[in-house]
Amino acid sequence: MSETPIADGTTQRPERPERLSRRPRRLGRYVLPTYSWLVIAYLVFPIAVMVAYSFNRVTFGLQLVSFAWNGFTLQWYRQWSNVPGLTSAFWLTVRLALVSTIISTILGTLLAIALVRYRRRKFRGKGTIEQILFLNIAAPEIVIGASLLGLFVTFNLARGFLTLVLAHVAFSIAYVTVTVRARLAGFDRSLEEAAYDLGANPLSTFRRVTLPLIMPGVLAGALMALALSIDDFVTSNFVSGSSVPFPVWVYGASRVGTPPQVFVFGTVIFMVGIAFALLSLGISRKKS
Amino acid sequence: MTRGTVNAPRQSETPEEARTTSGAKATVRLEHVTKVFDDASAVDDLNLDVMEGEFFSLLGPSGCGKTTTLRMIAGLEDPSSGRIMLGGRDVTYMAPYHRDVNTVFQSYALFPHLDVYENIAFGLRRKKVDKAEVRRRVGRILEIVDLPDFERRRVNQLSGGQQQRIALARALVNEPTLLLLDEPMSALDAKLRHQMQIELKSIQSRVGITFLYVTHDQEEAMTMSDRLVVMRHGKIEGIGTPRDVYDNPTTEFVAKFLGASNLLAGVVAGRHDDVTTVTLDDGASLSVPTSRLPAGVTSTTVKVGVRPEKISIASSEKTSTPSRNTLRGRVRVSTFTGVGNQYLVEMPSGADITVYAQNIGEELAPRSGDEVLLSWPVEHTFAVRPTADLVEAEESEL
Ligand SMILES: Nc1ncnc2c1ncn2[C@@H]1O[C@H](COP(=O)(O)OP(=O)(O)O)[C@@H](O)[C@H]1O
Ligand SMILES: [Mg+2]
Repeated sequence: MSETPIADGTTQRPERPERLSRRPRRLGRYVLPTYSWLVIAYLVFPIAVMVAYSFNRVTFGLQLVSFAWNGFTLQWYRQWSNVPGLTSAFWLTVRLALVSTIISTILGTLLAIALVRYRRRKFRGKGTIEQILFLNIAAPEIVIGASLLGLFVTFNLARGFLTLVLAHVAFSIAYVTVTVRARLAGFDRSLEEAAYDLGANPLSTFRRVTLPLIMPGVLAGALMALALSIDDFVTSNFVSGSSVPFPVWVYGASRVGTPPQVFVFGTVIFMVGIAFALLSLGISRKKS
Repeated sequence: MTRGTVNAPRQSETPEEARTTSGAKATVRLEHVTKVFDDASAVDDLNLDVMEGEFFSLLGPSGCGKTTTLRMIAGLEDPSSGRIMLGGRDVTYMAPYHRDVNTVFQSYALFPHLDVYENIAFGLRRKKVDKAEVRRRVGRILEIVDLPDFERRRVNQLSGGQQQRIALARALVNEPTLLLLDEPMSALDAKLRHQMQIELKSIQSRVGITFLYVTHDQEEAMTMSDRLVVMRHGKIEGIGTPRDVYDNPTTEFVAKFLGASNLLAGVVAGRHDDVTTVTLDDGASLSVPTSRLPAGVTSTTVKVGVRPEKISIASSEKTSTPSRNTLRGRVRVSTFTGVGNQYLVEMPSGADITVYAQNIGEELAPRSGDEVLLSWPVEHTFAVRPTADLVEAEESEL
C-alpha cells in the first residue's frame, strides 16, 4: 500500500465507495415507482371496469347489465334518462350533495376557526368538542344511521330531503373542520392585526384576509364533504324515506338487475370528481 | 364591533382640528398606562408625550415592554389601566380599525395573497378612497420608498429589505397621525440596516409624520431619534435627546445600556452649588457638576461615571489641573483598533477603567505595564443612582 504511487491511489480510492452507493440507488430507482404503479392500477381497475361496461352492448332480453363483453355502443349515453327512477335519484343526490356541502363547509369552517383561535381558558368545553369531532369520524356509520333514524322517528320528522340534508351535514362537518384546522394551524395572526391596523373591521378582515388565506383548506374540506355526500349509502338508506338518492337506488336495483345507465352516471360522477380534484390541486398550487 | 363606538368618530376630524380644540401639541400621550399579563406587568405606569413631527424611540432590552406599549397605542392590546390620548382624543379603548395610527410590524405582516400594489392599497380601499386617488398615492409612495415598477410583484418574491420598504409604504400611504415601527430593521443584515436607517430618517423628515420607533439597538436609536426613552421592566429609566441621555444618564442601567461607560462606586462627600465631591472606595476623590447628580438622590451612595472617549491618557509625571478629574493607574491591556487605541487601566482598587484614544498619529502610546495618569474635564463627569438589581444576564446583554 505504501509503495503504490500517489497518482494510482488517488484514482482508485474514491471509486470504491462510489460503486457501493450506486448499486442500491439503481435498484431503488425502479422498485418504488413500480410498486406505486401497481397500487394505482389496483385502485383504478374497478373504475376502469365501470367505465368499460357503460359502453357495453346488451344483446338480448331486458336492458340490464350483462357482464359479458358484447361490443362497444354509445346507446346508454344516448338513452341516459330512460330509467325514470334512476334519473330522479341522480338529481336528488346532486341537490343533496350541493346543499349539504355548502352548509357543512360553512359550519365546519367556523368551528375550525373557533377551535384554533381561542385558548382553553377563554373557550370552555373546547376539549370536549375536539373529542366529539374525533368520535364523529371514528364512529361506525351504521350506528349513526340507525340512531338518526330513531331520532327522526322520535321527533316525528317525516323522512325525505330535509332528514337527508341533516344527516349528511352531520357526518361532513367533522371532516371539514379537521381539514380547515390543519390549514389554520400555520396561520399568522399578525396578518389579521395588520388588517385591523389598516382600518379593516373584523368582518372585512375575515373576508379580505382570513378567508382568502384559508381558502385552499376550505375547498379541500368542501370537496371531502361533496364526495362523502355523493356516495353515502348507509346513513342515507336509514333516513331517506321515499326520496331515494342515487346510491340507495342503485343498491335496490342491483338486487333485480342493474340498468347500464347506472354505469353511465357512475362514469360521469367520476369525471366530475376528477375535474374538481384537479381544480383544487391547481388552486392550492397557485396559493403556495 | 361594540368596542369604542361611543368615542370613535371616524377620520372625519383632521389632526389639525384636534390640536386646535385641545390645545395640545402631543401626537400621543400615555397617562399611567399599565399592562398586566398573568399577574406580571409588562408595562408599568408609563407616562409619555410624543410631540408632533418627532422621531421618537423606545429603547430597551428584549422583554422590557416595548412591543406591548406599541400594541396598546395601535389598539391591538387593551391597557389594564391608564389612558392613551391620540391627537388630544382619548382612544384608550377605541378599536384599532378606528384609530388614525398605522404600524410597521416586526415580521412586516405583508398579505401573501395580494401583490405589492394591493398590499399598499389595502388601507386606502378600506377608507373608500376613489380608484384614481388610490393609484396616484400608491404610485407616489412607491417612489418614496424607491421601489417603482414593483406594483405587480408577489410579496414573497421580494428580498427582506424590499419587504420592509413595502411594509413601510403600506403604513405611510394612509398618512396617519402617528406611525408605529416595531424593530423594523431586526431582520436585515448589518449593511442594509445602516442604509435603511439613513433612508428611514430622511423619509420621516420628508413626510413629516410622527414616528414612534421601537428598537433594542442603542446605536440605531441614537442615530435616528429626536428624542428617546430607555425602558426597563416596563418602566422609563431615562428620557431626552440622544445626547442628553448619553452624556447625562440618570441611572446605572441607562449609562451601561447606552454605550460603554466607566462607573466607580463612591460616597457624596461635599455638596456645593456648582460642584459636588465624591470620595471613591479607594480614597480617590472626583468632582461632579452638581447639576448632573441624579435628581432626588436621597442616599449618599452614587456611582460616578465617565465615557471612555472623554478620558485622556498621559504618562504619570504630568501634573493635574483643577478643572479636570484625575486618576492614577497602570495599563493592563492595550489594544490597537485602527481608529484608535483601547486601554484597560487598572486602578489601585483593582477596578478597570476603559479608555478610547483616537489614532491621531501620536507615536508614544502607553504600553501595558506603564503607569499612567487619566484625566477628563469635570463637566464630562456624571453620577448615577446604582441600579441594585442589575442581574448578570442583563449585564451581558448590554
Ligand atoms: N400576550 C402575552 N401574554 C403574556 N405575556 C406577554 C404577552 N405579550 C408580552 N408578554 C410579556 O410581557 C413582557 C414584555 O413583552 P414585550 O412588550 O414583547 O417586550 P419587548 O418588545 O420589549 O421585547 C415580556 O416579559 C413578555 O413575556
Ligand atoms: Mg418586541
